[in-house]
Amino acid sequence: MKVKVIVTPKETVLDPQGAAVREAMLHLGFSAARDVRIGRYLEIELEGDPQVQEPKLRELCRDLLSNPVIEDYRLEMPNETK
Amino acid sequence: MKFAVIQFPGSNCDQDCLAALRSIDGIESDYVWHKETSLSGWDAIVLPGGFSYGDYLRCGAIARFSPIMRSVVQEAQSGKLVIGICNGFQILCEAGLLPGALVRNRSLHFVCDMVTTRVEVTDSPFTCEMPVGALLHLPVAHGEGCYYADERTLSELNERQQVLLRYCDKTGRVVPAANPNGSVENIAGICNRERNVFGLMPHPDRACEKRLGSSDGARIFESMLRSLAADRAAA
Repeated sequence: MKVKVIVTPKETVLDPQGAAVREAMLHLGFSAARDVRIGRYLEIELEGDPQVQEPKLRELCRDLLSNPVIEDYRLEMPNETK
Repeated sequence: MKFAVIQFPGSNCDQDCLAALRSIDGIESDYVWHKETSLSGWDAIVLPGGFSYGDYLRCGAIARFSPIMRSVVQEAQSGKLVIGICNGFQILCEAGLLPGALVRNRSLHFVCDMVTTRVEVTDSPFTCEMPVGALLHLPVAHGEGCYYADERTLSELNERQQVLLRYCDKTGRVVPAANPNGSVENIAGICNRERNVFGLMPHPDRACEKRLGSSDGARIFESMLRSLAADRAAA
């Protein structure tokens, strides 16, 4: 079973990397890019019942995989990813 | 007074810290490996700069869960002096011992430079040897040193006088041009509400000898020493 975690910088946090990438897109003629935010994507291969693991996974998302001061996270369990 | 310098895998300013601390009369210092679990017997704790755990995930995110950190948190909560320099500052924020976070420099460049910082408050164990407005010339070397805190946290920091150092120009003016990394309100170093935990991006450990370009960093360690001595005399 594979679960996915997507971590993104909070709206209020400046993302200079995203801004630089957007700038590059504009230079390449893609003027439709209004904003770019760069985050982090994790795939976690799980053993056992994902439903049982979920509370612990959420805890890890909050304490280790993201920093709630500057980032939001989204945990995608297998049954939600279809 | 005994200062513990914590070594994480990837710390690279541990030797600078040890040498700087040992050069100050009245300070004894040694390393403590991150796998240790006790810090009793030490008067102060130093989290040095570097790239603990290769900065994987986020700077300080993994070091924060090292075995020694449980003890660092305990000692900090009991009032022991803790100073985190550069990566040490990042670890203290990740561990929740200091508010806010350190993110990628606004310029996206790694900055390696000499900066001027202004002492904002004298009422702290880390700045008690200096008057408000004193200028400290200190080196910085970091890619993720842009201090961020939300507005509520920021106003709390200001109200409670927890901002100890701000980046300023050579005449002491806190101006955007003197900000090396985009930190909010030019913040270079903050302490916790209880004032016993201090984190800063500049390196006092690399500025304790005139021949290195500045000895201003020593004034921070001397402040700690004086405050510890005063506490001991009062006990």
